[in-house]
Amino acid sequence: MQSNTELEGFRAELRDWLEANCPTEMRGGEPSEASVCWGGKNFEFESDAQRVWMERAAAQGYTVPTWPKEYGGAGLTRTQEKIFKEEMDRIGARNPLQSFGIWMLGPALLHFGSHEQKLHYLPPIARGEIRWCQGYSEPGAGSDLASVQTRGEDKGDHWLVNGQKIWTSYADKADWIFALVRTDREAPKHKGISFLLINMEDAGVETRPIKLISGASVFCETFFTDVKVPKDQIVGDENRGWDVAKYLLTHEREMISGGGQGLSGGRALGAVLNESLAEGQQMDTTLRAAAMRCEVDALSIGLTLERYKDQAEAGSGAGDASAMLKYMGTELNKQRHELLMSAGGSDALEWDGPLGKRPADWLRTKANSIEGGTSEVMLSIVSRRVLGLGA
Amino acid sequence: MANLVMTEDETMLADAARGFLDKSAPVKAFRDLRDAGKTHDAKMWKEMADMGWAGVLVPEAAGGSDMGHAAAGVLAHEMGKTLVVSPFLSTAVIAATALRNVSDARAEKALSAIAGGEVTYALAVDETSKFNPDATSMVATREGNGFRLSGKKTVVVDGGLADRLLVLAKTDDGLTLFDIPADRDGITRNAQNMIDARDSARIDFDNVEATGDDVLGQVDSAMSVLKPALEAGQAALAAEMTGLSAGAFGMTVGYLKERKQFGTVIGNFQALQHRAAHLWCEIEVTSSAILNAGRMLDEDPDNATLAVSLAKARATSTAQLAVQEGVQMHGGIGMTDAYDIGFYMKRARVGAEWLGDYGYHAGVVAKHRGF
Repeated sequence: MQSNTELEGFRAELRDWLEANCPTEMRGGEPSEASVCWGGKNFEFESDAQRVWMERAAAQGYTVPTWPKEYGGAGLTRTQEKIFKEEMDRIGARNPLQSFGIWMLGPALLHFGSHEQKLHYLPPIARGEIRWCQGYSEPGAGSDLASVQTRGEDKGDHWLVNGQKIWTSYADKADWIFALVRTDREAPKHKGISFLLINMEDAGVETRPIKLISGASVFCETFFTDVKVPKDQIVGDENRGWDVAKYLLTHEREMISGGGQGLSGGRALGAVLNESLAEGQQMDTTLRAAAMRCEVDALSIGLTLERYKDQAEAGSGAGDASAMLKYMGTELNKQRHELLMSAGGSDALEWDGPLGKRPADWLRTKANSIEGGTSEVMLSIVSRRVLGLGA
Repeated sequence: MANLVMTEDETMLADAARGFLDKSAPVKAFRDLRDAGKTHDAKMWKEMADMGWAGVLVPEAAGGSDMGHAAAGVLAHEMGKTLVVSPFLSTAVIAATALRNVSDARAEKALSAIAGGEVTYALAVDETSKFNPDATSMVATREGNGFRLSGKKTVVVDGGLADRLLVLAKTDDGLTLFDIPADRDGITRNAQNMIDARDSARIDFDNVEATGDDVLGQVDSAMSVLKPALEAGQAALAAEMTGLSAGAFGMTVGYLKERKQFGTVIGNFQALQHRAAHLWCEIEVTSSAILNAGRMLDEDPDNATLAVSLAKARATSTAQLAVQEGVQMHGGIGMTDAYDIGFYMKRARVGAEWLGDYGYHAGVVAKHRGF
C-alpha cells in the first residue's frame, strides 16, 4: 500500500507528463471505431498525432499500464491504475493503443505463459508493433465453441495444422493469430484442444474478409492448409487449451462490456446526443428519458467493472460473473447506438454523411451481443453456474 | 475513486446483522406485526439500539457507534431482505445526519438520545404526491423571537408514531428546518393505511408555535442541514431496496428449484432461467452503485449527490423489476396474501416513491452529467 503522498506525487507527475505528451488532437471528441489505434505492421495511422501518442505512451509503459515493466508495461498498482484512468479522462485523452494482444492474449500469456514467452511476445504488443487476432469460432463451432474441428497433427518438432476459422476479427490486418486447435481427436471435446500461436505470414495461412451489414469487413475467414507450427508456440499444456481459452474469454467479456463507456471516452451519452442534434433542436422527452436511463445504467455498469477489478486486486476474480459484465455491457452499448442514431435523425442515414461513421458504428454494435458468447449463452452461464439452476 | 470491495468489518457487520434478523425479524415477524395492526416494534428497536444500529451515524463522543454511511447501507440492506420494520432510516440515518450537521449542545444531546434508542424522528418534507423539497409551500411566519407554522405535510414516513418531527417550511428568505416534538399544540397527525403496512402520516400544522431554538441550523438555509440528511436517507433507502430485491430474488430462485410442473422442477426451463439470470445481473450492477454511494458519503460527502441519485435510481428500477419478476415466476401463489412475495412488491412501490422517484433521481444524474 502506498502512502497518499506517494500517490499524489504519482498523480502530479502523470498529469505533467500527459500535459506535455498527449497531442491535442488525441484529446476530447467522440472516438469511433475508425479512430482506434490498433498498431501492428500493417496499421495506417490516421494522423502523425496518433502515431506519436502511441509511441510516447509505449515508451512509458502506458499502453499497458498494469503489465510488469520487464514486459513493456508501467507496473502500476490497482490504485495507480485508477489515478491513471482519472487523469486520462480528465483531459479526455484517447486510448493510445488498443488490441486483442492487450485485451486477450496478454492476460493469458501473463497467466499461463513461460518467462521466455512473455519476454518474446509481450513487449511487441505493448509497443504496438505486432497485432494479434483471435482464431476461435468455426463454421460448425459458434456458441458451441468447444466443438472446434481445426486439427493439429503431431509431427515431432511441430504440429501440422489444417482447418478453417471464421469471425476472425481483423485477421486481414493482423500479424499473428492465437487459435484453438484440436490436437487430440479421441479425447472428450473440452480435453483435446491446444492453444497455439501462429504467424499469419506462414505458408498455408490464408485470410478472406467477410463483408458485413455495416459495409465494413472487420470479420474474416481464415484458412490453414498444412501450416507448420513449432512446438514452442503453445500456451499452457498440450490438450489443455480450453483452460487458456476460458481464462481469456473472461477477459474478452470484460473488455467488450466496457464498450458502453469506451465509445464516448467517458463522456455522458446525453452530452454526445445534444451535440449531434441539428442546430436549434433539443432532445424530445422520449429521447431524453431514454438517454437518462442509459446514463444511469452506463455509470452503474462502469462502477461494477471497477468493483470487479477491486475484487480481483483483493484476490477474487470475476470468474463466471464476467458473463454478467459481458451481457449487461453489450446490451447497453447497443441501446446507446440506437439513441445516437435517433438523435442523428436523417443525417445518420447516409454512409459517411454528416455524422461520418455513425451508421457503420451502429451496425457494428449489433455483433457485440453475439461475439465472445451471445447474450443467451451469457444468461445460461449465469443461471447454471451462478444460480445453480438446471441439470 | 472509492474502493468498491466490502471491508472485513463490513462483512462481519452484515453477517452479524443477518444472524440477529433471521432470529428476531424474519418476514414472519413483519406479517405478525401487520396482522396485529401495528407499525412499530419498540422492543426490537431497543435491541437494535443496544447493538449500536441506532447510533450508526452518531459520534462515539455522543454514545454512538459511528460506523458511517457504507455501514448504514449494509444494515439497511440486511433489513430490506426480510422487510424489517424499524425507525432506522427516519431516525438513525436521516435525523442523525441532520443533527450531526449542526454543532450545538442541543444537537449533541439529541444524537445521544437517538443512539440510545430513546427518541424517534420523522421527516416532514413532502406536501404533494411527488418529492420536491424545493417547492415547499408550508409557511413559518415570524412572530416575536419565534415562528408560527401552518400548512400540511403528506407521506411523513414514521410520522404517526415518531416522538419528534423535522419540518421544512418557508421563511422570509428561503427554507428553514424545524425540529419539534410531534405532540406540540396545533399538530394533528393522521396515520394512513399504507400499502406496505408501515407507519406514514398526513400531518396538519395549525398555527404551531416554534421558537428560535427549534430551528435546526440557520434560518433560511435549511439545505445545509437537510441536503446531507436527504442524501444519507436516499442512499440508505436505496440499500434497503437492493436488500429487498435480493430477498425477493432469493425466494424466487428457491421456488424455481422446488416447484414441479410438466414432471420437472420449473428451474429447468430456459425461459425461466434467463429471466432469473437477467434479474441477478441487474441486482449485481445495482449493488455497485449502492456501495459507491455509501463510500462517497463517507469519503467526500460534499460531492456525493451524483453517486446517491445514481444509487436511488438504480435501486428503484431494480427493485421494481425484482418484485414483478418474483410474482410472475411464483405464478398464482404469488398473488395470494398468504405468500410473502406480495409484501416485497408493496414495499418496493413505497420505496420507489419515498425521497424521490426514478425520474427525479435520473434527472439529477443527467444534470450532473451535463444534459
